[in-house]
Amino acid sequence: MADKHFRFFLIQIGAVLLSILAAFAVGAALMLLIKVNPLEVYWKLFEGVLLNPYGIAQTIFKATPLIMTGLAIALGFKAGIFNIGAEGQMIVGGFFCAYAGFSLHGLPPALHIVICAAAAFAGGLAWAAIPAVLRVKTGAHEVITTIMMNFIALALTNYFITYYFHLPETVHTQLIAPAAGLARMDSFVHAFRGSPANMAFFIALALSACVWWALWKTPYGYETRAVGLSPFAAETAGINIKKNLLFTFLLSGGLSGLAAMNFIMGYKHYFEEGFSQGSGFMGIAVALVGQNHPIGIILAAFLFGALSHGTLVINALVPKDIIQILQALVIIFVISSNLAVRKFYSAVDSTPKAGQAKVKDQDGK
Amino acid sequence: MDALSQIFTLSLLTQTVRISVPYALAALGATISELGGVVNIGIEGIILTGAFCSVLGNYYSGNPWVGIAAGVAGGVAVALIHAVVSIKFRANQIISGLAINILAVGATKFFLKFFFHSSSNSGRISAFSKWDIPLISKIPLFGDLLSNPLILLAIFLVAAAYVFVYKTVFGLRLRAVGENPECADTLGINVFLTRYAAVLISGALAALGGVWLAYDQHQFTDGMSGGRGYIALTAMIFGKWNPLLAALAALFFGFAEAAQIQLQTMGLDIPVQFIQMIPYLLTIIVLAGTFSKAASPSADGVPYEKE
Repeated sequence: MADKHFRFFLIQIGAVLLSILAAFAVGAALMLLIKVNPLEVYWKLFEGVLLNPYGIAQTIFKATPLIMTGLAIALGFKAGIFNIGAEGQMIVGGFFCAYAGFSLHGLPPALHIVICAAAAFAGGLAWAAIPAVLRVKTGAHEVITTIMMNFIALALTNYFITYYFHLPETVHTQLIAPAAGLARMDSFVHAFRGSPANMAFFIALALSACVWWALWKTPYGYETRAVGLSPFAAETAGINIKKNLLFTFLLSGGLSGLAAMNFIMGYKHYFEEGFSQGSGFMGIAVALVGQNHPIGIILAAFLFGALSHGTLVINALVPKDIIQILQALVIIFVISSNLAVRKFYSAVDSTPKAGQAKVKDQDGK
Repeated sequence: MDALSQIFTLSLLTQTVRISVPYALAALGATISELGGVVNIGIEGIILTGAFCSVLGNYYSGNPWVGIAAGVAGGVAVALIHAVVSIKFRANQIISGLAINILAVGATKFFLKFFFHSSSNSGRISAFSKWDIPLISKIPLFGDLLSNPLILLAIFLVAAAYVFVYKTVFGLRLRAVGENPECADTLGINVFLTRYAAVLISGALAALGGVWLAYDQHQFTDGMSGGRGYIALTAMIFGKWNPLLAALAALFFGFAEAAQIQLQTMGLDIPVQFIQMIPYLLTIIVLAGTFSKAASPSADGVPYEKE
């Protein structure tokens, strides 16, 4: 059994790597089309992102929220929930986080950090609650409702910032209290100087471990995966599907909300429109490329984070939007390869094996 | 009553139509795609691509009609990607649509810099000269509005889409494929071909919405689709997957936006954010009710696998 899983795992990884390669090949063709040397661009990308400490720090910084939204979306996927609302949940989480940061003063740092993180989590959870309850109570599909909630989150936070919370002459809120700020990595790793990479990264890693533990080592995780694989079978086995869906959806929302910490508590220390930079949507790609596994998600977040920082590195050689094209192509190739992976696997799997013969024997009896 | 008559002016009417046309065209596209069983969230990216390609065609040919053809061709090309990924590779249609929206933003910016050396807007394009159609141009109030060939085209397409879906053989097949592909297949309908056709038609319609935006502003600006594809999806849901009702919903959303602008000039400032929320809130309310569930095609978003 374990061997079979491992083989499927290898095929999946191979397909993802091929997809990434294919995306870069199409990207190269586009560059040739506008008479730019793709090798030069890709070398510059590699050099600027991976061969210098600042690039690595920036990649860490960009990967941090992607790990969190990736986890949030993967957790949903495991239960059969398609949470496209991570973007909106992150925005509302960020708003709550900033509010808790600037409205409270004089707290000890450890406490204020916990309060702000809890606020971010609560904001994301609250924003996921409406589609979660609708899904469980009325069956309204979360894909559409969460997309709608994203737009409502944008409009609502924009309203509150414009009419109530903006600092005069700016479009952002006031700064959160210094006690609520997360330490930057460059305060102890000198080579990272200038990069806002911060402690939120370690929180993201810890969350990855928590999600792994929850999904594969607890009864809750077992139930969640069962619900995702086959809701009908799970219900027959006595699992309370609605309770599991609701809980997982809310947890997914909370995780998305936490993704706001990186920017608000670790970088700018205020809320402004657009701070999420599409991390909620990119999280879908990260979960997909990372095959919904925490380790895969961390690696995929690094890939997308590195590409994201790469926009600045290659800007002089080629329009930086080539990066966005590459990201989209990776997604398109990965989802298109899923069918081939399944077919290939079942072709490999259908070769006669001792185990299968046994099953047939039992059937015969 | 006096305030009311102040609101309902000619400029309100013109504004409503201006805002509604791209919503309506894209909503028609989304509806036809979903009736055939393919969810097309990529509508947003198709609008953007349509706008960009139409500007490119118009700019280099100097002919607005060439621009329209180029815009439609661009939209159909992007729709083809979505069709292949969702129909041939049976991939998740939502993710494919989202990826296409990301791709369209990246690709239009990329080529905007290449062709126009700008990261914000293209060069200016020529627009249609007014059509002087006998009788129609003389209609009070509407005459001016109706001398724009694109508006006439949009009105024609709304009617045509309705007739197409409910009164033609292909429309019947389209709905059959979206409701029950296995059954349609048994009856000899080519499910794959029908679905490809539906997605490509949706691409052409949404692209025309983009053409409208670009021609309205006489240029392409970065990200000019501005979420209109998503509003179109809400119009589709609100219109219960009926092309005519979807177009009416689009008109209603356009009216709400136009009214907000009108009220603002009158000094009555309803925060624009609340008006922006209307389509999304209404959609959630509609989805929360039970009646929309019966309206969406049964096999919507489900890839078809031939036995």
